[in-house]
Amino acid sequence: MIKQTPFIQKVICTVIFLLVVLVIIPWVLVFTERGDLLTTMTTVALFSIISSGVWLTFYIGRINIGQGAYALLGGYVSAILVVKYDMLFWLTLPLAGLFCAAASVLIGAPILRLRGVYFAMVTLTLTEVARLFAQAMPITNGPRGITNIPPPGELSIFGLTIIPDFAELENLRLGFYYLAAVLMLICFAGLYRLVNSRLGFLCRSLQQNEDLASSIGVSIAWLRVLAYAISSFLGGIGGAVSTAIVQSIYPATFQIQESVNYMLYCFMGGLNYVFGPMLGTLTLYLGWGLLSDTAEYQLLIYATVLILLMLFLPNGLFSIRLWRRKQQ
Amino acid sequence: MEQIIVNGLYLGAQYALIALGLTLIFGLMNVLNFAHGQMYVLGGFMVYLVYSQWELPFFVAILVAALTLLVVGAAVEKFLFRPVIRKSVREESTMLLAAGLAFLFDAIILLLFGQKQRGVPKIMDGVQMLGDFIVVMPNDKIVIGICTVLMIVGFMLFMQYTRPGRAMRALAQDRTAAQLMGVNVEAYSMLGFAIGAMLAGVAGGLLSAITGVSSGIGAAVSIKAFLMVMIGGAGVVPGAIIGGFILGMMESFGLTYLREYGDITYLAIFASLMVFLSIRPQGLMGKPWG
Repeated sequence: MIKQTPFIQKVICTVIFLLVVLVIIPWVLVFTERGDLLTTMTTVALFSIISSGVWLTFYIGRINIGQGAYALLGGYVSAILVVKYDMLFWLTLPLAGLFCAAASVLIGAPILRLRGVYFAMVTLTLTEVARLFAQAMPITNGPRGITNIPPPGELSIFGLTIIPDFAELENLRLGFYYLAAVLMLICFAGLYRLVNSRLGFLCRSLQQNEDLASSIGVSIAWLRVLAYAISSFLGGIGGAVSTAIVQSIYPATFQIQESVNYMLYCFMGGLNYVFGPMLGTLTLYLGWGLLSDTAEYQLLIYATVLILLMLFLPNGLFSIRLWRRKQQ
Repeated sequence: MEQIIVNGLYLGAQYALIALGLTLIFGLMNVLNFAHGQMYVLGGFMVYLVYSQWELPFFVAILVAALTLLVVGAAVEKFLFRPVIRKSVREESTMLLAAGLAFLFDAIILLLFGQKQRGVPKIMDGVQMLGDFIVVMPNDKIVIGICTVLMIVGFMLFMQYTRPGRAMRALAQDRTAAQLMGVNVEAYSMLGFAIGAMLAGVAGGLLSAITGVSSGIGAAVSIKAFLMVMIGGAGVVPGAIIGGFILGMMESFGLTYLREYGDITYLAIFASLMVFLSIRPQGLMGKPWG
């Protein structure tokens, strides 16, 4: 059985983690003037939001390789609303998420009846459908994409500025980092709460045995659509923010490669751990960046490390901790 | 019209050969082989190397491609998939391994053969014509098409009438029961994986004579193979063949009739597949929940 971590230990861990994410990382990177690494960390935060959605679908026992579709959808919704309808970015952010969630309910209701590899393959094609759709639709501007998206504007209530205009920020990169980091913290706090709630237990029952769960009265159809909608919501949010950061979106921004990567991030961290996607994204994305010095051997080394990790740690990086505990 | 059907049949035969390997591996080991497209590309490059660079006969090149992929497939199963399947808590872990493998093959192919699209010399000149320009088919396409059909028929016969074929079918139906009947599960898993990889390699080798080969197409080939397997039903051999022919026909018709609406053939195929799968999730011939 998994032992409960003591409350004090949890609080200390959380505080340390918050300090690292919100204070230490930005300070160190600003003082050492590594703006490029700050951008990398921003991307890590965003990708962990997107992969946390994938993780949630893993949690109900579905292999989701379609997250890129929702990231693309969310990015386009936000971009179109900002550029064509002059909407405030902060308003489009939840709208993009909700739009993705609504779309995922429509798509998910039929395809969530599939299991295992079937679901994996359908979601994989979903990514491709989204890309082709973005290419064919007139509103998305086809393969040329939407460029020159203005940075997020000022958000204020009753004249009180809550979030300053990003265009006037001294350090735009730092602003985006905080945006991504705060969203990531909210996302994972929510996910942690979800997993440790009644809903989380029900989701785990789906992962273990759907028929059994349904026979004792769990409404599996409703639950899996709900989990999938939350997952797509996260994908849409992540896509919208990353579109705002790079200020452009193309049909090729989120492709099958990206969808597969999000799945790999989850695996890397470990499918049984809420914070798995975060650790996985950090390791793989940062690792990929660090390998860029090796030029043409980059992919070779990356793939080899991936395979070796799978050979020796098939249950993810977090499983190291579990293993140590067993030994005690 | 006739031309479209002939093109569709030709494409379908190619696709069926690709899908066969994927479905065999899936049926035997429950592994979705992401690296299937890369194996196809590897086969194509072996043919390029032997036939175009070393100037040996074409069938020797195909043989070399088949043997290479046979060895690669066996090694991958023995040293990578088997230990991971044994150790991991959730069976999805094999997907990460397969994806990693796809990256690895991509990297190796890129390092060895570069980014360029490689063509091989035509294996045969001339065209055959049926009627007065009703159906026009180049000779080399006909030869490749016949080779493909022979491979498919040979594979079916092998699965149906030989001892290893029977053993593998038993494995696909029920692993535990097969083991209880004294089937050497590990050896036949390895053989199945090797044959699956070989089929991908042969398909890549044969097709390289028509379309050439380039290092970047692996993922696209995998996607197409997934489509066919979904249409036909995962893990079912006849399903893969039917799926291949259906996709070939759809592509052939779509490219002709949907051309005026822009590049939407694949969008239409994907969309109809989604609708189809929501009605019949296990594909045409698959067992429910494979």
